[in-house]
Amino acid sequence: MLSRLSLATTLKAVTLLEIANLRKAYTGPDGTRHEVVDVPRFSLAAGAHLGMRGPSGSGKTTFLNLIAGILAADSGSVSIDGQDMSRLPEPARDRLRAQSMGYIFQTFNLLQGFTCLENVLLGMAFGRGVDRPHAIKTLERVGLGERLHHFPRQLSTGQQQRVAVARALASRPKLVLADEPTGNLDPDNARIALQLIREVCREQGAALLLVSHDQDVLRSFAEVIGLDEINRAARKQEVSL
Amino acid sequence: MTLALLVRRSLRQHALSTLVTAGSIALACGLLMSVWVIKRQAKSTFSSQTGGWDAVLGARGAKLQLVLNAIFHLEASPGNVTWQEYLDIAKSPMVKLAVPIAVGDNYYGYRLVGTMTNLFTEAEYIPGRRLTPKPGGRIFDQELREAVVGSYVAQQLKLVIGSHFKPFHGLNFDPTKQHDDEYVVVGLLEPSNTPADRVIWIPLEGLQNMTGHSEETSTDVSAVLLKLRSPIAGQQLDLKINRQETKLTLAWPIGMVTAQLFDKLGWLNGVLELVAYLVAVVAGASVLASIYNSMNSRRRDIAILRALGARRSMVFSAIVAEAAAIGLLGAVVGVAVYGVIMTVVVRLIQVQTGVVLDALAFDPVFLGAPAGLVLISAAAGVVPAWKAYRTPVAENLIPES
Repeated sequence: MLSRLSLATTLKAVTLLEIANLRKAYTGPDGTRHEVVDVPRFSLAAGAHLGMRGPSGSGKTTFLNLIAGILAADSGSVSIDGQDMSRLPEPARDRLRAQSMGYIFQTFNLLQGFTCLENVLLGMAFGRGVDRPHAIKTLERVGLGERLHHFPRQLSTGQQQRVAVARALASRPKLVLADEPTGNLDPDNARIALQLIREVCREQGAALLLVSHDQDVLRSFAEVIGLDEINRAARKQEVSL
Repeated sequence: MTLALLVRRSLRQHALSTLVTAGSIALACGLLMSVWVIKRQAKSTFSSQTGGWDAVLGARGAKLQLVLNAIFHLEASPGNVTWQEYLDIAKSPMVKLAVPIAVGDNYYGYRLVGTMTNLFTEAEYIPGRRLTPKPGGRIFDQELREAVVGSYVAQQLKLVIGSHFKPFHGLNFDPTKQHDDEYVVVGLLEPSNTPADRVIWIPLEGLQNMTGHSEETSTDVSAVLLKLRSPIAGQQLDLKINRQETKLTLAWPIGMVTAQLFDKLGWLNGVLELVAYLVAVVAGASVLASIYNSMNSRRRDIAILRALGARRSMVFSAIVAEAAAIGLLGAVVGVAVYGVIMTVVVRLIQVQTGVVLDALAFDPVFLGAPAGLVLISAAAGVVPAWKAYRTPVAENLIPES
């Protein structure tokens, strides 16, 4: 376990993501506090691809949302490229997320009222700005050059996930977060989507943190760690179960 | 660009509610513009509608009734003026021109007015413009049973030069009361956009001596239209006739007398304005309700946008801009609604009075009403925008099952 952790953290000189004492708890309906994330230390090097094993309920979505700044942590810090998100005001956090991160969701989260191209353009709009030729190029790269003006409902699930990949990568992020990106796809489409995500991340030099419970998906990563290895809250949950 | 794209797409996504809401804004905008324009134009147009005359002399009675009868050809005459009284006022050094008129007959509801030829040859209904027959026609001969027909009457009754007709007794059409006297049309007047367009003009004596009319009053006239030499003359005549005599009334100045009618109808304007304002408030509320009710279905889109890096302020602005865009769309359509309302109203007023309102004359409400409704719509968007502003991201990224 230690060797895997060290693999993820060895490239200190080019560390992109650094987490320290990150904690997040929710209050249940009965008023009791449930700790979901308690990560003392975690880092990811620039350009590294890391698979993270996380069974259902292990807090992986919360963990990724905390990294993305979508959720505010109870305590601790998340630094992206040297900027501590927890110390930034919300607008700056939004800007940093838009400029430095791409997020691929299990449910794609495409805007249904917008075309493929518009979805990708909106992914760029809040960060470094709209670059229409690059957005088109990225959609062509994921094989959707003929579907630029289609709406998500006019696409297959596999194609929708490719739009989500294009949207996450079109703004040239330094870090791509992928939360069960193949969870809604059949095995063939899952394999294609995974290959695409990794290839495009590699081409752009983006670091990839992909969380999945699917062993077939994780097997393609040279480097895999379990969320429970870094998340003390997940370990406690296992014990209590 | 991003804001415009968000607004455009959202309007399209909620096309039905957008159209219905914009429709209510359009109605409010059209109503507001119409009410204000009708109110202002009616008062100014009717008050300036003097037919070129300064005063009207008539029997003792209400000045307004006198003006409505002699200038607008609407009311019944309050009584008669004797021929001698006409001659006296005509000879007055304060009077530049005096033209007697007599009423009491109609032709299919359109009023016959007996007068003298100097109404056409000397009087100007606006500076430089006289009631003039169209080419091929002429003014009636004072001694003959001839008629000159106003443009609107000619059009409605399809009277042409050479047409013969027998008038009916009274100001209201009653088919059992037709006179035996037959008149021939010798002239059709050019349109003047004044009440004169709704009148059939015949010689004064023709009307006075129409078969069946009382011989005792056969030399009386209904009123005398006066052009005065100066405003001071008006004051002097007003003092002399209205304060000292008991048999006659001088309606002077005509515009001020007409304005009294609108002052009396002020409450009606108030009611119309209130209705228009209420429609505007309801339209604003419909913008609020329509966007607010759609917020549940928008939550996920808002969360996705926020996850992509959109700031709360951007989401807030997008909702307010969408509300303003609905208002703008409604305001643009509202101009068309105004056009439709005014087409009907202008025609109605023309039919009833002969007066033509200028619906296209600039009025500040043309800017104020659309701008106000866009502002009301934008303000109505603030409540749902605030809801959007506070939408939590993480919990709304999960699709609704």
